[in-house]
Amino acid sequence: MSLPVIEVRGLSKVYSIGERRAAYGTLRDAIAHSVQRLRHVDRKPVGRDQIWALRDVSFDVHAGDAVGIIGRNGSGKSTLLKILSRIAVPTEGTAVLRGRVGSLLEVGTGFHLELTGRENIFLNGAILGMGGREIRRKFDEIIEFSGIERFIDTPVKYYSSGMHVRLAFSVAAHLEPEILVVDEVLAVGDISFQRKCIGKMSEVAGEGRTVLFVSHNHNVVRQLCSRLVYLDEGHLVIVTDDVAGGIHAYLAAQEGHSEDSEWRNDGTIRGSHFVPARIAIVTADGSPARMPIPNDSDVWVEIEGEVLDADPLLTIGYALSTEDGQSLFWSYPTDVAEARWTPFRPGHLTLRTKLPKRLLNQGDYRVELIASLHMREWHLQPGVNAPTIELSIDGPLSQSPYWVLPRPGTLAPILEWEVLQ
Amino acid sequence: MSDLVITPKRSLRPDLGELWAYRELLYFFAWRDIKVRYKQTLIGASWAVVQPLVTMVVFTIFFNRIAGIGTEDDVPYAIFSFCGLLFWNLFSQGTLRASESLIANHSVITKVYFPRVMAPVSANAAPVVDFALGSVVLVGLMIFYGIAPGWSGVLLFVPLILMTLVTSCGVGLYTSALNVKYRDVRHALPFVIQTLLFLTPVIYPVGLVPDRYQWLLYLNPLTGVISVARGTLLDQGTVEPQLVLISVGVAIALFVFGFVFFKRSEPEFADII
Repeated sequence: MSLPVIEVRGLSKVYSIGERRAAYGTLRDAIAHSVQRLRHVDRKPVGRDQIWALRDVSFDVHAGDAVGIIGRNGSGKSTLLKILSRIAVPTEGTAVLRGRVGSLLEVGTGFHLELTGRENIFLNGAILGMGGREIRRKFDEIIEFSGIERFIDTPVKYYSSGMHVRLAFSVAAHLEPEILVVDEVLAVGDISFQRKCIGKMSEVAGEGRTVLFVSHNHNVVRQLCSRLVYLDEGHLVIVTDDVAGGIHAYLAAQEGHSEDSEWRNDGTIRGSHFVPARIAIVTADGSPARMPIPNDSDVWVEIEGEVLDADPLLTIGYALSTEDGQSLFWSYPTDVAEARWTPFRPGHLTLRTKLPKRLLNQGDYRVELIASLHMREWHLQPGVNAPTIELSIDGPLSQSPYWVLPRPGTLAPILEWEVLQ
Repeated sequence: MSDLVITPKRSLRPDLGELWAYRELLYFFAWRDIKVRYKQTLIGASWAVVQPLVTMVVFTIFFNRIAGIGTEDDVPYAIFSFCGLLFWNLFSQGTLRASESLIANHSVITKVYFPRVMAPVSANAAPVVDFALGSVVLVGLMIFYGIAPGWSGVLLFVPLILMTLVTSCGVGLYTSALNVKYRDVRHALPFVIQTLLFLTPVIYPVGLVPDRYQWLLYLNPLTGVISVARGTLLDQGTVEPQLVLISVGVAIALFVFGFVFFKRSEPEFADII
């Protein structure tokens, strides 16, 4: 196998918090410090004023890899990108990059408001490392991609923020480095333009160039990346080719999202006909699913309990609603033709039904256990006394590389289309 | 292309190959500064001519007519002071702009890599354009006063510009790097430059200072530049080569010192700017 395109070995970066807080010192401080230093011989910086933004991170990237870097805020993602793009200098460790590096940590770096769109294309292109000839060659393409031909000779200060971003990304999209380092640039712009950008990114990745990509949007990472680097508090947690698995592990580690989707009766809910014991969203092996889950995962809603009185009217099922209470649907085993019903018998009961795949959009939902005597009386009523569990959906919302952002609406089904011409 | 190795250590030597590879960026920075300079002004680049001309008139009225400072020759005071001002402005504007250049480009510095030296060096471009426009006025004044430059004046004109730029870049490299860490520079430098104007023979001729102490004045590279310019272009005063060499030496020393200081501070720019 050929040498890795990027070799990161024991990379660490220390920031002194004092520096960060004050951003810059004053001469007076420096003089005061040097006087202190004269008095105390100890010159070592105090450890507690320092933080390791990155600590002993090592990994390899091979040509053609699209690497997604994920982690919480402050986990060292940006520091890593800054070191790899030579903006910041590491405190320890080395990184070897084999190929021309283009970094895109922001769209429109160096844009000057007084200059026109045309002039800024040249300036921004040069700052990103394109030569004048290269920019002239791609000039028409850049303008066309941006879709703002009409305003190309207007000073950028009169642009709307959307136009600004369009122009900036268009320049960036026409960079052709062998290694592209990108940070969160997709967090801006309108939806249709974001889709265009993601299309461009997957094109770059598809061409066999190497992409390093920091994003909070897991759908994008899942779609675009073939390799995942997961950082936490400066440490490398996972580097893997199993992108979906890595993202899952990251999401599972997030606070507030790690609860299993399961409710168990602690004895407070009783009933005359049915006593619920548990409702859960479970995976194939019957264990509770860790939230959030992709909307195409194989999971089941499982209800357990004790049937005390097998009244023919006893109806058990679940209700699904959005987080803010909008009801989406109710579902019962008796929704099918009567001939296919299975009557309940007294004793332990387990009901299980598969959650429809590719139905729900990204977001949080509520699953409530329903029990009633049909048309006669409520036992467990949604929104009143029904046991509730949470269901969180996080991507992937379609199979298209262009539709990886949450789309409008509550549902995100994939329907069969016929195209007639 | 060779591998790029990123390590905690940075070399202090200039990487000429890299500077060459980034030469177009130097051009674009300069082009931007020049383009932006007179945007949304009524009289545009005329400012480059109006400012030194008005200063010349003020100097002539106050220092020549009222305070009685002469040129010690037949050379009219107006063109004498304009010639000095032209080089002085190149130096002072270049230095001031260079010292602010890293902070002014702070959004670029924290987002993109480029040889940081480009920022203070390219900051001298706009003053060079002003200088060029001012030179046209100088030629006009010479025609008006009927002064023909000597051959040496024509030959030395460009080297004098270069020497001024070496000085402004040297000081600018130092002050720009210092400015990243200590914003005191922003307040101190204009004041220092203003004071320096009086330690430079712009308003008065070098001959006004007793011969014994003249070498002190030549420790200021601009003294060398201005006295040579006046001597060769206007035939004013006498040029002493040994003293001028002091100025040249100091200019080079300032540049080397500024460059080394800059390179040493460079790794922390993005962290603390």
